[in-house]
Amino acid sequence: MIMNDDATFIIPVGPVHPALKEPIELVLTVDGERIVGVDVKCSQVHRGIEWLGMNRNNAIQSIYLSERVCGICNVCHPYCMVMAVEDAADIEVPERADYIRTIVAELERVHSHLLWAGVAAHEIGFDTVFHYTWALREEIMDTIEYVTGNRITKAIMMFGGVRRDIDRDRAKRIKKATQYYLERFEKIVDIFLHDKSIMMRTRNVGILTKEDTLKLCAVGPLARASGVPKDVRQDAPYGAYAELNVEAITPDMYSGETVGDVYDRIIVRLLEVKQSIDLINQALDNMPAGQIMSEKNYVKLLSIIKRSEGEGIGRVEAPRGEDIHYVRLEKGKESFLSWKIRAPTYNNVLPWIPMLLGGEIADVPIVAASTDPCMSCLNRVAVVDEKKKREYEISKEYMHDLSIKKTRRLMRNA
Amino acid sequence: MLNYLLFSIAGTFVLGAFAILFGLSVKGIDRKISAKMQWRIGPPLRQPFRDVRKLMIKETVIPNNAVPWIYNAAPVICLSSLITILLFIPIGSFPAILRASGDIIVVLYLLLIPSIAIIMGGFSSGSPFADVGAQREMVLLISYELPLSMVIFTFAWRFSIVHPSYPALSFQTFQAFPVWIAQSPVGIAGTFIFLIIMFLVTTAEMAKIPFDIPEAETEIAGGVFVEYSGRNYALFYIADAVKIVVLSALLIAIFFPYNISPLLISYFTFPQWIWQLINVLFFMLKVILITIFAVTFIRTSLSRLKVDQIVRVYWFHLFTAGIAGMILIALDTLGVF
Repeated sequence: MIMNDDATFIIPVGPVHPALKEPIELVLTVDGERIVGVDVKCSQVHRGIEWLGMNRNNAIQSIYLSERVCGICNVCHPYCMVMAVEDAADIEVPERADYIRTIVAELERVHSHLLWAGVAAHEIGFDTVFHYTWALREEIMDTIEYVTGNRITKAIMMFGGVRRDIDRDRAKRIKKATQYYLERFEKIVDIFLHDKSIMMRTRNVGILTKEDTLKLCAVGPLARASGVPKDVRQDAPYGAYAELNVEAITPDMYSGETVGDVYDRIIVRLLEVKQSIDLINQALDNMPAGQIMSEKNYVKLLSIIKRSEGEGIGRVEAPRGEDIHYVRLEKGKESFLSWKIRAPTYNNVLPWIPMLLGGEIADVPIVAASTDPCMSCLNRVAVVDEKKKREYEISKEYMHDLSIKKTRRLMRNA
Repeated sequence: MLNYLLFSIAGTFVLGAFAILFGLSVKGIDRKISAKMQWRIGPPLRQPFRDVRKLMIKETVIPNNAVPWIYNAAPVICLSSLITILLFIPIGSFPAILRASGDIIVVLYLLLIPSIAIIMGGFSSGSPFADVGAQREMVLLISYELPLSMVIFTFAWRFSIVHPSYPALSFQTFQAFPVWIAQSPVGIAGTFIFLIIMFLVTTAEMAKIPFDIPEAETEIAGGVFVEYSGRNYALFYIADAVKIVVLSALLIAIFFPYNISPLLISYFTFPQWIWQLINVLFFMLKVILITIFAVTFIRTSLSRLKVDQIVRVYWFHLFTAGIAGMILIALDTLGVF
């Protein structure tokens, strides 16, 4: 135990801690129960996925690799990457494929938000609600398995389309699931939003002001709960979203006010479950007939990508917020020349600091969980200085120098 | 004198073994019911016994930062003090073994010791999580002491007025004149408020959700017990099981000191020892029911509260309720109604 001079002491939350499902280190300076200092240390699970995409895999293999960036966002990462490559190589996507992609992405959002709701309940010690929500979540998992063949990694994305169609039988199964959730939605809302003890633990806890949200570039439900109505599906529609009614959800739609606390984030996520179900129903009703792939021959597809040159960007609203993939292709290279992922958690970790300062130790798990963090998405780099055995810190100036160098290198290559 | 000594020692062993075995079974029942309420299958009833066996054969680690003698003594003190309390509380139709040596005041003092042992163990672990947990245990201890004493001393005061010839703080008095009898509806209402307070005190003493802040798995990773392992942790685990028997026995002795034999004695004829067995079984049933109401239902239907919220519940809400109960019982006792 490290006791400081002013009777505050340091509590290390992580890298391994029951409140965190994945490794990240929070160094809290506490005075009794009150938190007076927060430091976040990331980069505990760097896996070098981008490096593999640039050096080892060909483009199609990288789709399956990108599914494994995050276990839960296993549609939005490949979706985003595929969009970036399609942008770079000018590959057309049939309209029906756009609809199928949208439906699968929304199925994933429902499952991700329900999973989050269960985890959040567990973090405040409400295990009953945790078990109930996860039992309710089974229906969507079964549906996803029926539609795509897998519960988790759906392996449905492909350049220029999707790999599996949603036929009448599968559409019926999805309709059944949406019906199941519409019937139970009121009950889920009742459990989460009207329970006194959940209210006591989440109201006015971990407040993120609108100014901080804009300053720290928070994204997704975290930003929306603080009253910033940004949603890629609404602001820069992709897939079939332009033809569906998407509106960024803010908590004042339900409660009439925006506080920006954990409770508001619960409201936003629950309303988004309902929104996703509506979107799935709309998409199923309006789905046009036609091809699901613009180029069925993978060998030919790969050679198209190999022959193309240029750069592309994909933006997708993942359940956790805006996901961006940047891809650069070079003629004659099977793998990407450059592949850069910016996952939503990257933006949502810094807001932890204003949210936790002044709070209590008891708030740490629920506040951290309220951003729905995903550490393995977040970690893009690991800096190790083995020779000097010292803590390695990168200053802003050094970072700036590095980026100038890298930009120059990329420009020379282009 | 020697007889009394032998009787006490034998009684302690029998009662200790009974409390441990029964407490672990109650724990199993609690886990099973809680699991069913959460749409789970849950562990088998004998799971707590398996847990203890497993912990017993595990390595007992003592951290480098710990103060070893306090660290090792804490679980032993915790368990032994709990078994000692049982010697002062009547079980079924058996009067308390050490009834001649102490009354409710002794029990109230002894009830502090398990918590203090846990606090000592936490502080001596040398871990920041255990430290925070021990601080929280202290806050919890301070919180529920006031309502608990209010309940007991109000009843004692009432006995001293209504039955001045009997010792007011003795369990025999509670058994001879159950608190519900000979009261007007106003007094019964007051007693009922006290019953609810006592239930909540039991939940807090057990340190279960919503009052499990000293352990708070997701917040401080097990808190006071974070460094404990092997035999030391097994002793704490057993102590937790015995605690539920002790607290339920206290609640029974104050509010439900009834035996089932007077009800059945006109229908059946059994030898004396069978009647005593039946009464003990009835006592066990009461313990299980109290556990289900005071622990299982509450911990399954609420989330964990924060420290300041718990203090507010006990010092503000329960204190106010306690004052109301006191006034009602006082009005009844002094014959205003």
